[in-house]
Amino acid sequence: MIKGKVYKFGDNINTDDIYPGRYLSITTDRQEMARHCFELAYPDFLKSAKPGDIIVAGKNFGCGSSREQAATCLKYFGISVVVAESFARIFYRNAINLGLPILIAPEITKKVEHKDTLEIDLKKGIIKNMRTNEIIEVIPLPSFILSILNEGGLVPYLRKKLGITDKEGNR
Amino acid sequence: MTIAEKILAKASGRPRVVPNEIVMAKVDVAMSHENADVVLKSFLEIGVKKVWDPDKIVILFDHRVPAESEKTAATHKRIREFVKEQGIKHFYDLKEGICHQILPEFGHCRPGEVLVGTDSHTTTHGAFGTFATGIGGTEMAGVWATGELWFKVPETFKMVIKGNFRKFVSAKDLILYIIGEIGADGADYKSVEFCGPTIEEISISSRMVLTNLAMEMGAKNAFVLPDKKTIEFIKQRTDKKFEVILPDKDAEYLKTYEFDVSDLKPQIACPHSVDNVKPVKEVAGLKVNQVLIGSCTNGRLEDLKVAAEILDGKVVHPETRLLIIPASRRVYIEALKAGYIEIFLKAGALVLNPGCGPCLGAHQGLLAPGEVCLSTTNRNFKGRMGSPESFIYLASPATAAFTAIKGEITEPE
Repeated sequence: MIKGKVYKFGDNINTDDIYPGRYLSITTDRQEMARHCFELAYPDFLKSAKPGDIIVAGKNFGCGSSREQAATCLKYFGISVVVAESFARIFYRNAINLGLPILIAPEITKKVEHKDTLEIDLKKGIIKNMRTNEIIEVIPLPSFILSILNEGGLVPYLRKKLGITDKEGNR
Repeated sequence: MTIAEKILAKASGRPRVVPNEIVMAKVDVAMSHENADVVLKSFLEIGVKKVWDPDKIVILFDHRVPAESEKTAATHKRIREFVKEQGIKHFYDLKEGICHQILPEFGHCRPGEVLVGTDSHTTTHGAFGTFATGIGGTEMAGVWATGELWFKVPETFKMVIKGNFRKFVSAKDLILYIIGEIGADGADYKSVEFCGPTIEEISISSRMVLTNLAMEMGAKNAFVLPDKKTIEFIKQRTDKKFEVILPDKDAEYLKTYEFDVSDLKPQIACPHSVDNVKPVKEVAGLKVNQVLIGSCTNGRLEDLKVAAEILDGKVVHPETRLLIIPASRRVYIEALKAGYIEIFLKAGALVLNPGCGPCLGAHQGLLAPGEVCLSTTNRNFKGRMGSPESFIYLASPATAAFTAIKGEITEPE
């Protein structure tokens, strides 16, 4: 079960909004990526969002570039889950592969306000709005995708699948 | 089955697949640019010692060339070392040009294959009948390690294009018009097949404009049905065998669109989204500080030709900067031979080295607050090319050239 405060966005939040192109030269330092989430397009985010927060957004969240930094920066900032009415496909894949939980919830922006508190059961696809007590049921993620998320992303998933046990790549 | 279904069935070793099914598909070509550094970090974390097939990985530099910062210089260095250590055969260092131009030029785009790239505009390569789509860095690390990747089989839109373009109207105007009609998420997760008499008629370069910008309506991938022109183009560039895959006659499409380009006027995408499309006429007269002709969308020889013919003997408006970025070294050489580069320089343009240039806001001509840029690139998001308070308009090379001369948005005629 995930519980957190909502930081709310509208439709078509693109990856340039989430992670500005000028910081793409940061390729390996994930903590540094986290310091630039929404920096130019929504400067309030870095001032008021907190680790553990839940992002709620409208349609086509994460559209635009394939930059993985857009999902990485949110994960390392500490965002616990992104709930959107729909996702652009590369962001959707990146989030799963990096172990950043996401959920598709049609019309969520009509049912949830900025700073509401939500309780989310990813496996069952249940969202509870603690302010209104409304329970929102959505289609849970496919089991194949949940299995990657449960391992913490594609890297640990593949290590397990390939039977790699140590840093040197031994099986 | 549609082309997407047939290629994914073949790549996953099944007789048949249906939309929304998840399949594990074998990858034929895996492309990365500077973000190979992101891939590399995850690849090392997986812990596999050798890449699955050094002949199927393509790596090149285009996003920040030459290195705009010490960080990028270090990235380039790390990747060069990795390429050497792993014996990766297809490596193009910073001199060659933009990935979506280099892959076709060097014969890496072949019909019937699965091509993935850590770049959203990888959809471009569908112009050759390839199932080509953008993926993230970590999943590319998975491809480097195992050679396969999961895909959800997409539903397919068919887009039938008819009619002849008017003078100064091109594939860019058509695809902007389509994006304006169906929206930035109008083809989310979908595969798109472009076909019809207009598509058969236009050049390979123009076809690539359509598949490149299909990304901006959310498409997972886009195809132009491979024909004689496609096969000829590829055979001049590679000896590798390939199988042309076409849709079945009874393929099922989620939706079929028809567009007639006969009356299409020049189109422009206004700030700050690619689906905010209007006829150029509606925004004509707006003062422009910078014009950019280039990129994976419109930096090929035919684009430079259109611009050169308009700019021949003219000068760029004194209050406007014109940047020209050929898509590749080969395009640059051809443009040089044809005399286009001289025309640009005499007109007062700045001709930059092949690469992505300022398109993604890293370097080479960023915008100040309040400035307006008209660009032949593919994204006009807020802050994409510099200040979040600047404004980007997207249009064709013809519109760009006329605009550069007048210093204000101008409908070509």
